[in-house]
Amino acid sequence: MSVSEIYQSMEYGPAPESDAEAQGWLEGHGRAFGLFIGGKMTAPGDTFETRNPAKGTVLASVTQATASDVDAAVAAARKAQPGWAKAGGAARARVLYALARLVQKQARMFAVLESLDTGKPIRESRDIDVPLVARHFYYHAGMAQLMESELPGREALGVCGQIVPWNFPLLMLAWKVAPALAMGNTVVLKPAEYTPLTALYFAELCAEAGVPAGVVNIVTGDGAVGERIVAQDGIDKIAFTGSTEVGRRIREVTAGTGKALTLELGGKSPYIVFDDADIDSAIEGLVDAIWFNGGQVCCAGSRLLVQENIAADFHARLKARMDRLRVGDPLDKCIDVGAVVDPVQLERISALVDGSGGEVHRAAVALPAGCFYPPTLITGLAPSDTLMQEEIFGPVLVSATFRTPAEAVQMANNTRYGLAATVWTENVNLALDIAPKLAAGVVWVNATNLFDAAAPFGGVRESGFGREGGREGLAAYTKATDGEKPLKPVEAVPAPKAAKVEGLDRTAKLYVGGKQARPDGGYSRAVWSPSGTLLGHVGLANRKDVRNAVEAAQAASGWSRSTGHLRAQILYYVAENLAARGAEFAARLRDMTGTGAKQAEAEVEASVDRLFHWAAWADKHDGAARGVPMRAVALAMPAPVGVIGQFAPDEAPLLGLVSVVAPAIAFGNRVVTVASQAFPLAATDFYQVLDTSDVPAGVVNILTGDAAELAPLLAGHMDVDAVWSFSSATGLSEVVAKASAANLKRTWLNHGLTRDWQGPGGVAEAFRTEATETKTIWIPYGEG
Amino acid sequence: MTTHALPQTALLPQLSLPRNPGMALDMDWVRAVQANTSAIERRAATLPGRRSVKKDHQAAWLLRAISCIDLTTLSGDDTPERVKRLCAKAANPVRRDLLDALGMGRITTGAVCVYHEMVETAVAALEGTGVPVAAVSTGFPAGLSPYRLRLAEIGESVAAGASEIDIVISRRHVLTGDWQALYDEMCAFRAACGDAHVKAILATGELGTLRNVARASLVCMMAGADFIKTSTGKETVNATLPVSLVMVRAIRAYEARTGFKVGYKPAGGISKAKDALVYLSLMKDELGDRWLQPDLFRFGASSLLGDIERQLEHQVTGRYSAGYRHGIG
Repeated sequence: MSVSEIYQSMEYGPAPESDAEAQGWLEGHGRAFGLFIGGKMTAPGDTFETRNPAKGTVLASVTQATASDVDAAVAAARKAQPGWAKAGGAARARVLYALARLVQKQARMFAVLESLDTGKPIRESRDIDVPLVARHFYYHAGMAQLMESELPGREALGVCGQIVPWNFPLLMLAWKVAPALAMGNTVVLKPAEYTPLTALYFAELCAEAGVPAGVVNIVTGDGAVGERIVAQDGIDKIAFTGSTEVGRRIREVTAGTGKALTLELGGKSPYIVFDDADIDSAIEGLVDAIWFNGGQVCCAGSRLLVQENIAADFHARLKARMDRLRVGDPLDKCIDVGAVVDPVQLERISALVDGSGGEVHRAAVALPAGCFYPPTLITGLAPSDTLMQEEIFGPVLVSATFRTPAEAVQMANNTRYGLAATVWTENVNLALDIAPKLAAGVVWVNATNLFDAAAPFGGVRESGFGREGGREGLAAYTKATDGEKPLKPVEAVPAPKAAKVEGLDRTAKLYVGGKQARPDGGYSRAVWSPSGTLLGHVGLANRKDVRNAVEAAQAASGWSRSTGHLRAQILYYVAENLAARGAEFAARLRDMTGTGAKQAEAEVEASVDRLFHWAAWADKHDGAARGVPMRAVALAMPAPVGVIGQFAPDEAPLLGLVSVVAPAIAFGNRVVTVASQAFPLAATDFYQVLDTSDVPAGVVNILTGDAAELAPLLAGHMDVDAVWSFSSATGLSEVVAKASAANLKRTWLNHGLTRDWQGPGGVAEAFRTEATETKTIWIPYGEG
Repeated sequence: MTTHALPQTALLPQLSLPRNPGMALDMDWVRAVQANTSAIERRAATLPGRRSVKKDHQAAWLLRAISCIDLTTLSGDDTPERVKRLCAKAANPVRRDLLDALGMGRITTGAVCVYHEMVETAVAALEGTGVPVAAVSTGFPAGLSPYRLRLAEIGESVAAGASEIDIVISRRHVLTGDWQALYDEMCAFRAACGDAHVKAILATGELGTLRNVARASLVCMMAGADFIKTSTGKETVNATLPVSLVMVRAIRAYEARTGFKVGYKPAGGISKAKDALVYLSLMKDELGDRWLQPDLFRFGASSLLGDIERQLEHQVTGRYSAGYRHGIG
């Protein structure tokens, strides 16, 4: 076309980014790559091809790691770990700083490689992914520097197995590697099968940055390699980002192994637009929400909820905007939407859209041949429609309408997922009211898809658990230094040959919804003192009792909205009433466990003190405003987890019970607590204290019975948000972990190890972090 | 080289559009308008990274940018000879050899923009070139001279031959929320212009908020503005991308409601060829190709042309150019 013709047509024309350097690097390696183990690249083994999805061409052959390759990588990581941790935070900071600088110095190479391998537009890899990668290494260089002073009592977990997805290969690598290295861990990382190239280029830079051999190991391959990493005994922690389906499987496989686990999984994130929003900006936000990386983003705002009175106008303007998007060659600098990562994904997206009801609008854009899908909007759907529920993971937006703020919240939360949410309104009252009510780990107000190393990112519900970024993210790569010992099972006192029965028959019931309840099954068990005295009977709870207790806890949701001040007052009152009956509780402990009078009195006294401790904390577990590099407030707010199922410890029947119940309710959770199986009567006495202390009905529910029988019921319950187990029953942690995979609830398990209930272990920081979810609320601001 | 061909701008598909007749002041609409500053700034910040035109396309786009320039001089020391030089440049903004190399016919700038006293000189100098003369008016730049004199000034400039009048609005009406007063003033200015097209200068750098910019844009269009324009060039902050985004979105909303297309003129602070390309892509993406023609889009600029000329020479020769190689205005 001549200049004068273009002068008339005013078309954009091609604006290609050169891939010569990247192709040169691939050529330099003969387009064949081995694995990065112990600081060296191995020779290529059995290989598979990685392709450019936009053109269908082969970029390179990459090695399918064998089981022994994975073992070798883990061994190298294991060998390197003590030295890396011992080097100290300041030394690690220098290495991470060098990595940050190298990423910046090779920014264009990374960006082009990433776009070649993933099909994402060069603008995104160049302007978003790579700068965020550098930022992540800078931030964690700082965290390494400050570890000794800011995280006293924490140490590295050891060797971390990290599995990252294909949608942000390098960025997810950075999110995993930077915090792990900062805290003194070593890593074995598997990039996604579709997109291994930037990880391999990163491996080369590790040597230049002075990363010691074995600190970073990179193994490539398909799901089998991931399975091998997950199952490898020498790994202390698994960090996974990917599909909910695979995350669930990892949860099951790691159950009972004691491996730490964080999962960042799928989403169907709501994008809520109120009628007072800046509509054009909200529409532009959708471009960044669902057409960013072709919608292949776990936190994509894929579910548009728009207020009914503006829906018609909003959809019309949105369609007009969609028609101006440019779909095409990812290496063209003038492209908004690139290629879908693989033909398999393309087929999946097409099938989902073709099978959907509603009105489908495919953007009227020129579509190149190959692995491309047009930006698509489906309107007129109801929450019950499949595509309002299922993650599509493509450039497809689904939409429904709402009438009121309350209905917007209800529809937004009508999902198994809980990763992110977006709210558009110019009304600060509305925004600040809605944001905390949304079931999501991240909420963006009048913006979308904002990320920063200082702002925690992660989900609730089936979007996974654990946070990446900020101080919260470090918890996933450290552990407390206090030593734990194997916990011996505590058995109930068996029935004596000759029973001593004294006084009037006493029946302890279950405590559900603020009322004493007979066990549904109609069975009870006698509780004997070591000297053979019948102390009473406790009910044996069954599945219906679990159901009732969870329902009661769910009904008490008002507790989660109450103020910390109110919760503190009630905890103080519980403490006051427990102290008033101290002698009675001490006698009970003596009778049940045969402990001495002094020790029994000390346990009661410690329990009163523990209630005071958590009453003190109830109004002090503050959120933080994180310094993000833009004009915005990023609030990291501790929110209650919700309903927590608990198995109380056996070692300290009263103090243990109080130690798990008090922090949970102090931070706004409701609990279903299974009393010590061996010594349940301290718990059943305790509900009488609760009854007289203004604890609202349903906030604390107490069950007695067989822990092993109740564990799969409570952990498998879909309306329970977390389970803590400190029971001494053998293998209970594994049972809970496995059953929790059903809805991917968070778990906090003792893995058969002791905790120092009398000492610092009983009030550890972990109680605060386990009792809360960090919700990150981004509020960009500005007027002028 | 024989006769001068007609300016190529005249060959564009310039279906002459119906003028915006305005509409009754719709206060519900004005009050409902929102503009979220940080979201608008984020969109504006990514614009240069989202669009790129290269090689022949870049040359063609830059030529188009020239055709949309209101080549401007608004200085106290303007003299007739100075204005004549500027007009000569407006009529022949690019060296002939460069145009030949690019295979282009003759082009001109969109207009020449001067104070009232220079209108007659400019009209005479531009006779036969097809380049219109725009006059800044109504007590430019502050707009605080007596109301009847401001109206009279429009009439005098039109009588002197200006076919475009760039008026300044009373910023105080915006800042005090007196939308009725702004509407009435704009209606009166429009009426005083007669057949001359009227560009409403909002002086966005003095309006305080982007929401005010959006509302003032709407009110001026309701009152019959043919163009809305950012700045006089005399405020401390002149045309910016965020302000432009707000104003072109207002234009889009107005067209969706009324069917009438209103033009846009960013003025002040646009001095680089690269900036001009970003503005053109903003117009193309937000409003469509129709807004890439001089009847709906103008740059108010004085030094932009020089940078574009250097870029064009670079396109032709492959070597970076020097300013002195191009005739000044």
